[in-house]
Amino acid sequence: MADDGKLLKLRVISPDRVFFEGDADFVELRTSEGEIGVYRAHIPLTSILVPGLLKIHLDGNVRIAALHNGFVEILPDRITVLAESAEWPDEIDVERAENAKKRAEDRLRSGDENVNVARAELALRKALIRIEASSFSQK
Amino acid sequence: MASMRDIKRRKQSIQSTGQITKAMKLVSTVKLQKSKTKADQTKPYFKYMYAAMCEILSKSGNIDHPYLKGDPSKKKGIIVISSNRGLAGGYNSNIVKLVMGSDIPKEDCVIYAVGRKGKEALARRGYEVAEDYSEAMGGPIFDDAIAIGRKVIQDFNDGKIGSIYLAYTDFKNTVSHIPTFSQLLPVSDPVKPEEEEDDEDKLLFMNFEPEAEEAFSMIIPLYVNSMIYGGLMQAFASENGARMQAMDSATNNATEMISDLTLKFNRARQSAITQEITEIVGGANAIS
Repeated sequence: MADDGKLLKLRVISPDRVFFEGDADFVELRTSEGEIGVYRAHIPLTSILVPGLLKIHLDGNVRIAALHNGFVEILPDRITVLAESAEWPDEIDVERAENAKKRAEDRLRSGDENVNVARAELALRKALIRIEASSFSQK
Repeated sequence: MASMRDIKRRKQSIQSTGQITKAMKLVSTVKLQKSKTKADQTKPYFKYMYAAMCEILSKSGNIDHPYLKGDPSKKKGIIVISSNRGLAGGYNSNIVKLVMGSDIPKEDCVIYAVGRKGKEALARRGYEVAEDYSEAMGGPIFDDAIAIGRKVIQDFNDGKIGSIYLAYTDFKNTVSHIPTFSQLLPVSDPVKPEEEEDDEDKLLFMNFEPEAEEAFSMIIPLYVNSMIYGGLMQAFASENGARMQAMDSATNNATEMISDLTLKFNRARQSAITQEITEIVGGANAIS
C-alpha cells in the first residue's frame, strides 16, 4: 500500500489463465445484488458475480470483458476477481452464443418438467452477455 | 549355457519391449509438456482462490455456517485422483497407499474416484466407491471439476458425508511428484500466507453482499470446484511425469539387458565354432 495514487490494482483470474492484471481508475462489475462500480478506497467487500460485463476504466479508456460466475474480493487498494470464465469481446464466438441462446430459450419455452429451469436461465443469461460483449469487439 | 537360439529369441523379445517403452516415453514426454503448461496456467487461480479464501475467513470473524463446521460423526468423502492406465511407476500405488495410510478408518470412507486404477485398487481392498469420474482423466477440463464438485457438495448437503478430502499428486517439478492429502470441507482454519500482508489490512473487516451466510453458500462450492480442478491438473501432469520416468528407466534397463545378452550370444557363438573346429580336426586326425 505504498503507492498513494488513485489507481486500483485489478486482477482477474479464470481457471485456465490470468485474464487481466493491471491498474484501473474505476471498475464496474455486476454482482448478484446489482451492478456496482468500485473506486479506490472502497470498503472491504466480498460479493458474488453473476454473468455480466466487466468494465475497466483507465485514463479515459474503457476495456470491456464478459465475466461469468465467480466472486470478487474488494480491498481498499486492490480487487481480485475469481471467475469461472472470462472473455474479451474479440474472443467470443458470436455464432455459438446465438445458438446457445436459442437452445436455452427453447428449453425454457418447452415447459418440460425435466428441464432444469435455473440452469437454462443461467445458460441464457451467459449467452446474452456474450452477445452483448461481442458488440464491443474492435474487429 | 543357454543355446544360441534361446539367447537370440530372448534378445529379440527384449528389443521389442524396449521399442514399446521408448515410444511410450516419447508420447508421455509430449503429453507432459502440454499438461505441465496447463498446470502452470492453472496455478495462479488455484493459489489466489486459496489466498482469497484465507483472507475472507480471517476477516469475517465468527460465522456460523455448515460449510465451516462439518460433522465428524458422519462418513468422510475422499476424492481420489489416480490414472486410467498403468505403467506409470509408483504413481497409482502411492496414491492408494496415501489413502490407506490416512488415519481415517476404512469403514468411514466414501471414495469418489477419478481414475480407474485407483478406483480398482481401493475397491479391491474393501473401500466403498460411491462415484466414478474416470473419463475425466483423459484430459481434465473445468466442467469435469464442476461435475465432481456438484456431486460431493450435494452429498455433503444431504448429510451423506460430513467432510470432504482430496487425495492427488502434486506436481512439484518433472522429477518430483508428491502425493498430497488435503481437506476441502469443512474449510479448516487456513494457514495464513505470509506474503503481502500488513497491519492496516488486518484491522479491516470484510463485508459481504449478499449476507455472509448466503455468500458463503455460493463461494465455497466455487472454492471446492476450483480446488478439485487444480488437483486434477496437478495430477494429470504428475501422471505423465511419472510415466515418462518409469518408461525412461524401463528403456534403460532394456538397453542394458540387450548389451548383456549380446555378449552372451557372442560367447555362445564362439564356443560353438570352437567346438566345431575341434570336432573337424579330431575327425581328420582319426582318418589319417
